[in-house]
Amino acid sequence: MKYAYYPGCSLERNSAAYDVSVRQVADLLGIKLVELDDWNCCGATEFFSQDELVATSVIARNLALVDSQLNQLVAPCAACYLNLSKTDRLMAEHPHMNDKVNQCLAAGGLNYKPGSVRVRHILDVIYTDIGETAIRDKVVRPLTNLRIAPYYGCQVVRPDVAFDNPEYPMKMDELFQWVGAEVVDYPVKAHCCSGHMTQISEPQAYELIRRLLASAAEYKADMILCMCPMCQLNLDAYQAATNKYFGTNYKIPIIFFTQLLGVAFGLDTKKLGFGKEIVAAEPVLQSKLGANAAV
Amino acid sequence: MAEKVGIYVCHCGSNIAGMVDVEEVAKWAGANIPDVVVSRDYKFMCSSLGQQMIEDDIKKEGLTRVVVGACSPHLHEKTFRRACSNAGMNPYLCQMTNLREHVSWVAVDRSAATLKAKALVSASAERVKMQKPLEPMSVKVNPATLVIGGGIAGLQATLELADAGYHVYLVEREPSIGGHMAQFDKTFPTLDCSACILTPKMSEVGQHENVTMMTYAEVEEVSGSVGEFTVKIRKRARYVEYAPCTGCGICIEKCPQKVVDTVFEAGLGYRKAIYTPFPQAVPRVPVIDVDNCRWFKQQKCKVCQKLCPTNAINYDQQDEVVEIKVGNIIAATGWKMFESKGLPQYGYGRLANVFTSLEFERLCNSAGPTNGKIVLRDGKTEPKSVAIIHCVGSRDTNHNEYCSGICCMASLKFGHLVLEKTNAEVYSFYIDMRANQKGYEEFYQRLLAEGMNFVRGKVAEITDAARKPSEEGKLIIQCEDTLQGRQRRIPVDMVVLMGALEPQADAKETGLKLGISCSMAGWYTERHPKLDPVATMTDGVFVAGVCQGPKDIPASVAQGAAAAARVMGMITKGTVTIEPIVASVTEEECSGCKICNTMCPYNAIEFDAAKEVSHVITALCKGCGTCVAACPAGAITGAHFNNQQIFAEIEGILWDAKPQAEPVSA
Amino acid sequence: MVTTHAFKGSAFLKEIIADTPGGERIVHCMQCGSCGGSCPNGADMQYTPRGVFALINANEREKVLTSNTMWCCVSCYFCTTRCPQQIPITEIMYALKRLAIAEGLARQTDAPALAKTFTDMVEWFGRSFELGLASRYYLFNKPLAMLKMGPLGLAMFTRGRMALLPTKIRQVGQLQAIIRKARELGGAS
Repeated sequence: MKYAYYPGCSLERNSAAYDVSVRQVADLLGIKLVELDDWNCCGATEFFSQDELVATSVIARNLALVDSQLNQLVAPCAACYLNLSKTDRLMAEHPHMNDKVNQCLAAGGLNYKPGSVRVRHILDVIYTDIGETAIRDKVVRPLTNLRIAPYYGCQVVRPDVAFDNPEYPMKMDELFQWVGAEVVDYPVKAHCCSGHMTQISEPQAYELIRRLLASAAEYKADMILCMCPMCQLNLDAYQAATNKYFGTNYKIPIIFFTQLLGVAFGLDTKKLGFGKEIVAAEPVLQSKLGANAAV
Repeated sequence: MAEKVGIYVCHCGSNIAGMVDVEEVAKWAGANIPDVVVSRDYKFMCSSLGQQMIEDDIKKEGLTRVVVGACSPHLHEKTFRRACSNAGMNPYLCQMTNLREHVSWVAVDRSAATLKAKALVSASAERVKMQKPLEPMSVKVNPATLVIGGGIAGLQATLELADAGYHVYLVEREPSIGGHMAQFDKTFPTLDCSACILTPKMSEVGQHENVTMMTYAEVEEVSGSVGEFTVKIRKRARYVEYAPCTGCGICIEKCPQKVVDTVFEAGLGYRKAIYTPFPQAVPRVPVIDVDNCRWFKQQKCKVCQKLCPTNAINYDQQDEVVEIKVGNIIAATGWKMFESKGLPQYGYGRLANVFTSLEFERLCNSAGPTNGKIVLRDGKTEPKSVAIIHCVGSRDTNHNEYCSGICCMASLKFGHLVLEKTNAEVYSFYIDMRANQKGYEEFYQRLLAEGMNFVRGKVAEITDAARKPSEEGKLIIQCEDTLQGRQRRIPVDMVVLMGALEPQADAKETGLKLGISCSMAGWYTERHPKLDPVATMTDGVFVAGVCQGPKDIPASVAQGAAAAARVMGMITKGTVTIEPIVASVTEEECSGCKICNTMCPYNAIEFDAAKEVSHVITALCKGCGTCVAACPAGAITGAHFNNQQIFAEIEGILWDAKPQAEPVSA
Repeated sequence: MVTTHAFKGSAFLKEIIADTPGGERIVHCMQCGSCGGSCPNGADMQYTPRGVFALINANEREKVLTSNTMWCCVSCYFCTTRCPQQIPITEIMYALKRLAIAEGLARQTDAPALAKTFTDMVEWFGRSFELGLASRYYLFNKPLAMLKMGPLGLAMFTRGRMALLPTKIRQVGQLQAIIRKARELGGAS
């Protein structure tokens, strides 16, 4: 199974833990990821609020760069995933947009035919293409006793209903049941982490972050698993600020789901990017998984 | 001798003339279509003056053919055929062209619409010249009627017919008649007891000498046509013999197997493996649920058989297929409730104290699982606050676009019951309060006066994720209060989801058996949305109740009675005229291959072994044309749709197409 | 149903429809408020999306474009998936942001500054550059807040989560040519 791979800017640096764990887990599961050569930033939500044609053209450059042998492009970041799939959909549904975007691409000597690349999220690839049996087979350190809160955020499950329910997604829940974890069924698992509000309006951001931490804590989750760099950054890096703002004392490690999947598969925690999170996760792993957690 | 054709183009007020230049069409037809001797336009051709004009022309000008360019033949074909007939012309020499539904109502460009109107008028003129005089046929109407569905609409139709002295076969899928109304506690807006007004009708039907009731039964196959349908009905095995059973109920009482009742009790209560759905069930004869019966599952028990005083239990009973003959059919097949799990944001199935409206009906019902006490899922705690959510799966293009019509009033009814039976606050979350029947607005005012809280806004989500101490342990209703223009979170103990009324899961399949179609939403399509909401496009098949579209009890009863009245009209008349549009075999050209015999969907073609040719049984033929197309020898002709007529019509429509030069072969 | 007359509606409504892919659904808004109820920042909005749609119908262009509504939007798409009339509400919020920025009406928000700084980095390097983004954005927009960001920046830096230098793509010229062409053509919808 071979896919083009679009890591996106966050995974290059601030969420390198996601990138390394995705690559390690994919490798172990026989998912061959070929990094897209010379990819550019998807623009997150920022181009769309200024110029829609610039936004879609910048994104379409990446779709145009996909090797014609590889018709699937895997993006682990939620914003990248949505931007890539949304641009493909907009071009397919609106012929005049397709024309204009292709005129822009032509200025760079490129072209893209909508529908020729299928954009996938890494969770979908692991859940659907690999599946339960193969994943259960790979478990060497079952995550027994570890209570995890799967956190889906927004842009992978909405607005496009690609592989999971937009209101109450379940695929990550199921995946971690397969590897033996105790999965908490908490109500805010697809609610918003506040996105870029941490940069432009802290009080609004802290309130949204608090809601997520409070619910996970109420359900006694040992850690929250993310599938988006922005979610991880907001919940992890702004957890202390949120505590300070509300006088709370949450201390919930926030990691990427692929990191913990790697643990279940027996991979070295150091190679999975543990230690980069601000609220340390390894002590929790040690105390919950005991000797099991050691390499 | 050339025919003399008259062309009549109707304005239909501005309905056609607003988009089609009707004067130009008439003028053009008079000047350009061969054999046209009169061509006129008129404001309302269907008016008596318009009809008179046609009659006068037939007499004065000696017209032999008439084309009327107006609305759909469904509306006025009879009118114009009668006019022609009055003037001594065979009615089948009059042809209608649909310039309204097929042209003006679907066009946006006046000149293109006018051009299309000309082509269609030309087609009809060429065709009508080829038409032959035909004589309508008449069929005797069997006075027995089939009513499908024993809910309130079907019961009403059954009683109207039976009381008038006609025999009715009533088929009901569940073990008892009564339908959804039997589940309800009170009915809006008068709050009279549902069972008190329903059960007398049920027992009347059950005991009526003119009613053959078949419960736990389904229609399997329908053949024939108006006047004489043949219907096969599968009576599912009850494993209880009907005749000896006295309905004493000892078998139910002693059956050791409890089963969650997901149908009548909406999952809130229990029944036994041998059961009647409710105490006042009609018939009183129980059924055995083989999926849960210990005898059927483990070959153990037989308690019911041992204790039955009349030896009515028969574990070897089989399904029975009976065949009946009826002249007319009334479909009153009802509805099903929207599956609330389809809206995960409302938490049904995950949040214990979110209830469906049917569950709540059972909670309110004094014969229900809580004896009418409104309590939480734990079975004992009285709620301090109840939220009633409107439009769950209705008015939502992600689910059902239509308004379910009854939920606003049912919500008010629930609100009243909560206020009457508990000390709870009640909130109604509505988009628009629809109270447009007799007594409904007054009912709304009553609930306003009783102190029900109304919040205008479609609920966004129902959650147990508390944001502050006052929300802890509660269900929080998050919505925009659109009248205040602000987001609100209202903590409550209990939520009732007013789910959409949806067509039965097999509505389409049943419709196919009956030859009637469904709307986009899945409701049966009536013959005319305003003027004939009871009949269907298939003669002899009528609809009543919610299967035709969401409606309340009074409207269902009215429609049931109306359908019965229509059937009585047919029976009283005794015969029904049917179109002579049937197939016929030209014996000299028939090779006797019998292909048509097997192709005919109505078994209307027989093989005459002596002559070695096939022939059509006119009474059974529906004029579908399958045999005409299938005959390899071209020996079968469809009256009114023969090749000559169809080709003339095509040539007429292509009046402005230039003949193409023969292609040069390479 | 074929509509035989020209679409009637306010000038602003027509403008929004033209500027939003799928925007024609906005005419079906029945003012139910499932958007305003769903929004994680709905409580802070001057007008909920529902209120904005009513204002658009009434041609209240300036009221809408100077409001804080679209700047509260975090693109979570709850309103979009829940809207019973399938109105692409999040996309309409983007269209409103674009109009407000283009006409200098964006008030009560630092979002346009963040957006501009972010996309400048992408235009220069082809990739985003957090340190550059943070320092420029905070320096020019909220210098005091920058001090507060110090410890967090340090924590990120020591964990290898913040780079001192940007990554530049090889064919940045190609990307810039595409962007130039897009600006020249102006607007996608």
